Amino acid sequence: MTDVPPPAPAPRAGSGRAPSTTVALLRLREWARPAQRRIVVGGLTALGASLLSLMLPQVLRWLVNGPLLTDGSRWAVVAGAGVVLALGLLEAFLIWCRRALIATPGTAVEREMRVSMFRHLLDLPVEFHDRWSGGQLLSRAMGDLGAIRRWLVFGLVMMLVSAATVVAGIALMLATSWELGLVYLAGAVPMVWLSFRFREDYKVVARRARDQAGDLATAVEESVHGIRVLKAFGRGDDALEDFARQAESLRVTEVHKARTLSRVTFALNAIPEAILAVALAVGVPLAAHGHLSVGALIAFFATATIVNRPVERLGQFLAMTLDARAATDRYAQVLDTIVAVRDPEQPVPLPAPGPAGTRVELSGVAFAHPGGERVLDGLDLVLEPGTTTAIVGLTGSGKSTLLQLVPRLYDVSTGSVRIDGVDVRETTRAELRSAVAVAFEDPILFSSTVRDNVLMGVSRSDGTPEDELLATALDVASADFVADLPHGVDTVIGEEGLSLSGGQRQRIALARAVAARPRVLLLDDPLSALDVSTEAAVTERLRRVLVGTTTLVVAHRPSTVALADRVAVLEGGRITGVGTHTDLLGTHPHYRYVLTALETADEREDAGVGA
Amino acid sequence: MRRRSLALLRSLVGPVRTGAAGAVVLVVLSELATAAGPALVAYGIDHALPAMGDGRTWPLVATAGAYLVTALLGGLLASAAVRASAVVSQTILLDLRRRVFRHTQRLDLEFHERYTSGRIISRQTSDLDAVRELLDGGLTTLGSSLLAMMFTVVGLALLDWRSALLLLVAVVPGIVLTRWFQVRSQAQYRASRTSAARLVVSFVEAMTGIRAVQAFRREPATARAYDERAEEYRAVSAEAIRVNGVFDTGLTAIANVTVAVVLLVGGLRVLDGGLEVGVLIGAVLYARRFLNPLSQIGMFYNSFQSATAALEKVAGLLAEEPTVPDPARPVHLPASRGDLRFEDVSFGYGGGPLVLPHLDLHVPAGQQLALVGRTGAGKSTVAKLLARFYDVRDGRILLDGVDLRDVDPTDLRRAVVMVTQEAYLFSGSVSANIAIGRPGATRAQVEEAARAVGVHDLISALPDGYDTEVDKRGVRLSAGQRQLVSFARAVLADPAVLILDEATSSLDVPGEAQVQRGLATLLAGRTAVVIAHRLSTVMSSDRVLVVEGGRVVEDGSPDQLVAAGGRFAALHADWQASLGAD
Repeated sequence: MTDVPPPAPAPRAGSGRAPSTTVALLRLREWARPAQRRIVVGGLTALGASLLSLMLPQVLRWLVNGPLLTDGSRWAVVAGAGVVLALGLLEAFLIWCRRALIATPGTAVEREMRVSMFRHLLDLPVEFHDRWSGGQLLSRAMGDLGAIRRWLVFGLVMMLVSAATVVAGIALMLATSWELGLVYLAGAVPMVWLSFRFREDYKVVARRARDQAGDLATAVEESVHGIRVLKAFGRGDDALEDFARQAESLRVTEVHKARTLSRVTFALNAIPEAILAVALAVGVPLAAHGHLSVGALIAFFATATIVNRPVERLGQFLAMTLDARAATDRYAQVLDTIVAVRDPEQPVPLPAPGPAGTRVELSGVAFAHPGGERVLDGLDLVLEPGTTTAIVGLTGSGKSTLLQLVPRLYDVSTGSVRIDGVDVRETTRAELRSAVAVAFEDPILFSSTVRDNVLMGVSRSDGTPEDELLATALDVASADFVADLPHGVDTVIGEEGLSLSGGQRQRIALARAVAARPRVLLLDDPLSALDVSTEAAVTERLRRVLVGTTTLVVAHRPSTVALADRVAVLEGGRITGVGTHTDLLGTHPHYRYVLTALETADEREDAGVGA
Repeated sequence: MRRRSLALLRSLVGPVRTGAAGAVVLVVLSELATAAGPALVAYGIDHALPAMGDGRTWPLVATAGAYLVTALLGGLLASAAVRASAVVSQTILLDLRRRVFRHTQRLDLEFHERYTSGRIISRQTSDLDAVRELLDGGLTTLGSSLLAMMFTVVGLALLDWRSALLLLVAVVPGIVLTRWFQVRSQAQYRASRTSAARLVVSFVEAMTGIRAVQAFRREPATARAYDERAEEYRAVSAEAIRVNGVFDTGLTAIANVTVAVVLLVGGLRVLDGGLEVGVLIGAVLYARRFLNPLSQIGMFYNSFQSATAALEKVAGLLAEEPTVPDPARPVHLPASRGDLRFEDVSFGYGGGPLVLPHLDLHVPAGQQLALVGRTGAGKSTVAKLLARFYDVRDGRILLDGVDLRDVDPTDLRRAVVMVTQEAYLFSGSVSANIAIGRPGATRAQVEEAARAVGVHDLISALPDGYDTEVDKRGVRLSAGQRQLVSFARAVLADPAVLILDEATSSLDVPGEAQVQRGLATLLAGRTAVVIAHRLSTVMSSDRVLVVEGGRVVEDGSPDQLVAAGGRFAALHADWQASLGAD
């Protein structure tokens, strides 16, 4: 009845055309493979159950033609009812088998898909996450995968079984009476055509509805994360208005979707019943003229009534299939995104650091965000082993970007970043990132204890006891407030725990970077949220622990510059000066401008153009 | 279903009562049309067939004709029911979405911090999805299934009441099974929603903190934790499906046994001449059909259960009362002067310890006040109280002599604006982000605000200028640039009282200097409360308060305090030293 897909191998997206629904869904085999056998066996039991139900009319036919209308044997009636009972119980048993066979592997497939997507997302570079909103990703991880699971466990099997039942039922009807069978078949043709039309219309709307739902999720997420801004400006109502507008377009799409569905509902409800009406008009004269037994006529109606149900439900399964297809496409869209920042085929291990520490060399580095202007343009900078370098430049000059090139959160567009002579792209990200630690300007904490948050970058192979590392790191970051938390270092912070102030979070993030005891430490304006006296204390302690660690620190203020042995000035995407704070103050006008805002005549001109 | 959820449901259905009733009528009629089928077949066999033998064709024509009309009408009604119920359910859903969103916005920050953003988001996404699933198909199916069962029994009773009685007997084990299922699956679905929410939280957290996850090689650990939650969610879902399977199988068995019994009893009665064959077949067809709605109810009981659990959580969220309520009789302040007064104010977060033990303070209109002190001294708390993010525990805060709690919220937000360190950008254009300060502002006004904080050149240099879309979380702008944009927001808002809580912390020195110059003109005639760690921001203010442990320990002009040689003087000395560092 429906176009059962031929078991062709899935060609990977080749031509520019959108692949057919079959091909798109066949991709699911990648993940469904472990469950494949049980899905097939489960499908067979479901088929068995369905075919058993088709036996009922045949028993009725025998009962009516035999005992009921002719020989009147009570024993035969009891036997007939007994057969019906046995068939019915067997059907129930097979239904139970289908569920038992498919449900658990189905949920396992869902979990595997969810987990693979999550792993892939973790692997995808920051640049990908810059482009994709969290809501879109979340709706794929939850809603779309749920739809796929429901289809795998229920929709797929029931659609095929329904189709098979319909075919078998029509064969039985044709065998009973070819005239009546043809009447049923004649009704089936428009249904197939309508199902096909419906498929085409529904596909478009289903996709749009899912995308709009994803956008709506993004709006929700922003309204929650940006709640302080909305509160501060009393803009809750405006946000609500925007949200309501988006929700309204989703509503319109959903109603449109229902309209499409209602057309097919009409066809799939009216046609099967209309067939029975016509069959009544055709069959009764046949029976009256003795061309058909009453038992056969009854068997036909009973069969048609049983077959009508799978026919009606084909529309529902079809809709499920199309929904699953849209969901699969959206899922595949993420999974097919190539990880642009990857490990090399033959990674080179980082050499052991020299006696003085690790040397970092950036040469000819250029970087541009996709579709954006060049932020860095031919930058050369060497971080000598064990030294601390401050990088100073105007806001937006690319300091943070520069920092993130070292642990390969972004990859350079051209040029290279080398750590002890090895290009960062030649080693594995894991090895690179165990050698490099970053304290971000936006401190990111995870829902876990303070201890876990601080120790998250610590290599397990390190011999130093964790408690000692933890205590030292917290001390360096002047995070003495931790002792006052309800459970000290075991207090859960982050999303699901206690919320900390900006300065407190910054200190935890700093402690984390310090605890990792990396070969290269990258600090992105690590003291910006601290008050002056705390800042002074942290600076003082940091200077002590930074000895021997090659450090690059983004500085906006003289107090942060104080951490560094020397300063590099970032201007127009290049390093335009390297020296000590005092030297640069005297000789480098741009540096003087950036740190003191005192402008010289030509610097004012520069700032006017470049700021 | 709990009372809270029921009340919510009632209030949601209320406004669409007519449409819902219409949809119900359509469903009833279409089920009625469908239920007529077997009776017509039975009539055809028992009456039209013998009539045909007697040479009369009209009973057949009438029966077949009636059947055809019923079929087409049934189809039309069913299709109309689909449309009508979609309109109703989508209207309800829109209403619910709006309510939850609005309520979330109304709730105070204390709630947001306690409830956590991940849970609020999952209330509005996965929980509402569960409700949507129910409304989308489930409710119609549930209603029409129950009706179909009823009509089946009635239809059969009209043919033969004894067979109908058998169906009613079969209902008893059906109800017992349904009750078992109800109890089992309710707990199951609660668990399922909880574990779904946990899964969402860990997903959101990892995606939000992806930089740190990658930089500290937390991919394996994060993935492991996620695996665990995904497995927990899987196990819960699988158990739910299993329970459902037992239910489904049980119902099929009950219904099939019923068919056999109807056949046995009816067949024996046919032999005794107590029943006609056609009626027996009609009874068997009805008995067979009787099972269909029950299994459908089982199928949608799933979504019904999860929607009930989700609805309960949503109702719980909606039942949260903001601790910062809107005034019952708001006092309008169309043009605030910006005179601020703290009278015997004490405050602590939630039920926690006092953060501000006692504060008396008067800030005359137009004064620029700077708050200085260590992190955690209570400076931000003062700012948050002023912006009415929280309400005082004791005492009161007056704006132009009116208690903040009585000021009309719109007027309060216009009069008092706070810029925080955390500069959140929404997806949309830069211009739209600035215009949050004053919706409906012209481009010229937006640009003027941007010029005032010195971010105009930078924005103009972006690919699409003011129309450049900032990515989620404004990733492409640096923290300093984001601060400037959020500063421009505040400038555009043009408030009488401007609160700056570390609002310039991520700016570079020239940026800050620029903002200072902008502020000098901007703040003229405005009350300003500035919290800054950097003294460069503080030195130009009229008055400085040094706060320690929630108490004001020094109060005076910057010069006075430096001269007095207290804490502020020490800070000042540190700062001077850092300027000439190295």
